Amino acid sequence: MSEVVLDIKSLTRRFGAFTAVDSVTLSVDAGEVFGLLGSNGAGKTTTIKMLITLLPPSSGEARVAGFSIATQAVDVRRSIGYVPQAVSVDGSLTGYENLLIFAKLYDLPRGERQARIQEALEFMDLAAESGRLVSQYSGGMVRRLEIAQSTLHRPRVLFLDEPTVGLDPIARDAVWKHLADLRTNYGTTLFFTTHYLEEAQSHCDRIAIMHLGKLDALGTCTELEASLGGGSHTLDEVFVHYAGSALDSGGNFHDVSAERATAQRLG
Amino acid sequence: MTATFIHPFTGFIEKTFVVTEFELRKLRHDFTELVTRALQPALWLLIFGQVFSRSGAMHTGNVPYLDFIAPGILAQSVLFVAIFYGINVIWERDLGIVQKFLASPTPRAALVLGKGFSAGTRTLSQAAIVYCLSLILGVKLNGSPLALLNVLVLVVLAATLFSTFSLIIACIVKTRERFMGVGQVLTMPLFFASNAIYPTTIMPGWLKTLPHLNPLTYVVDALRTFMLAGSTSAFGLSRDYVVILLTTAILVFIGARLYPRLAT
Repeated sequence: MSEVVLDIKSLTRRFGAFTAVDSVTLSVDAGEVFGLLGSNGAGKTTTIKMLITLLPPSSGEARVAGFSIATQAVDVRRSIGYVPQAVSVDGSLTGYENLLIFAKLYDLPRGERQARIQEALEFMDLAAESGRLVSQYSGGMVRRLEIAQSTLHRPRVLFLDEPTVGLDPIARDAVWKHLADLRTNYGTTLFFTTHYLEEAQSHCDRIAIMHLGKLDALGTCTELEASLGGGSHTLDEVFVHYAGSALDSGGNFHDVSAERATAQRLG
Repeated sequence: MTATFIHPFTGFIEKTFVVTEFELRKLRHDFTELVTRALQPALWLLIFGQVFSRSGAMHTGNVPYLDFIAPGILAQSVLFVAIFYGINVIWERDLGIVQKFLASPTPRAALVLGKGFSAGTRTLSQAAIVYCLSLILGVKLNGSPLALLNVLVLVVLAATLFSTFSLIIACIVKTRERFMGVGQVLTMPLFFASNAIYPTTIMPGWLKTLPHLNPLTYVVDALRTFMLAGSTSAFGLSRDYVVILLTTAILVFIGARLYPRLAT
């Protein structure tokens, strides 16, 4: 039995009368690559925000790397890395400086900082560009720098919110190659949201489909495809079956404009 | 992960300076901002100051009017720079930077105070400008190193105070448009209901209590005492410092409580 790094029980978040996340129960093992799928506004980002202690749950509980998100928030924060959907590195600093600030904030021992930063830069293929201002980076480089920044302290779990939104297929592949290496080399658990089905299919050990705040399906891609019964189904069909037609949800104005802004900045 | 225990207080101080360090590194990469900022105090001293000192409308006792307003203009330019500082965190929120810092184990108060200090350090250039202009215009400055050091400390503290106030507003309104509106509304009363460009004694009775509730008044009083040769404080320097430090501490505390709102 492998160790459970994410243990989520009846996690719920309400905003007024609206229930964004509705009693989600889920557990993820150490070293797993877990994809959370759903249309815009399904509650994926709200779920991640609760798990990384940016948003307190209305009810329910979760333990991340063994620590309670409600009572041990600082320990949770030390154990995780977070790559938000929007651009989270600073364009007015160099790639190296962006890593240095996080090395300091996460208390990496002084003697190890330079070696760790160098290793992260090489790992993400950014060593040659480390002295340039990030505002001159391409979208794919920005994402790789963000991943380097969020994994400098070797987190147990890395949370990624739409990690490949706005990237061209080549940059997207490069990001996934590096994410897969992270798991192989450091055993990092990856928990990410996406609405690219083919990505989930080719990279995830298991996926969950969220719809209107509820977890509607959970399993490996093969299991989910089999769950519909009656012959072979594609993941697209599974998604439409559980998440409904794309017309009945789609997120609010804020979600959509934030996503398009990110795509524009990276693209 | 390291198992070394870090005392919460040393951790807080250390992280505060890490945040400040990186805010200042950004400045090193682009300092056009510092040059454009220098214009405003120059215009106030050269145009407003010259005109009003000529008219003799302001009764500032033994002190020439230009000497009287030089510290006031320094305080004002610190206020004007600091009060819009919060727009930066709204910008960082629209990107994902605030969220990423909040998901790190950094104490919230260190994020807030670190940004405050960086605003403070950025405004030191304003002190340099005002001193240069004052020398040219013949203001009788106090040149003692201790007085100069106090002026620098006061400028940093005042900018920290008002930029933290600005950050609190940013945490509440969250959007650029509303922030600019609120910023505009607050700047003028803070500036005019103070002793920056005229003595409070010329104010009508109903207005006279307001400057006493305004931290800028104490900043100006302390700056005036240290900047001008042979000047004495109206409220007492220890009172000025206590008001400034206490207000800053309270604002940092409130700011640290409100900062996580930016991530939601």
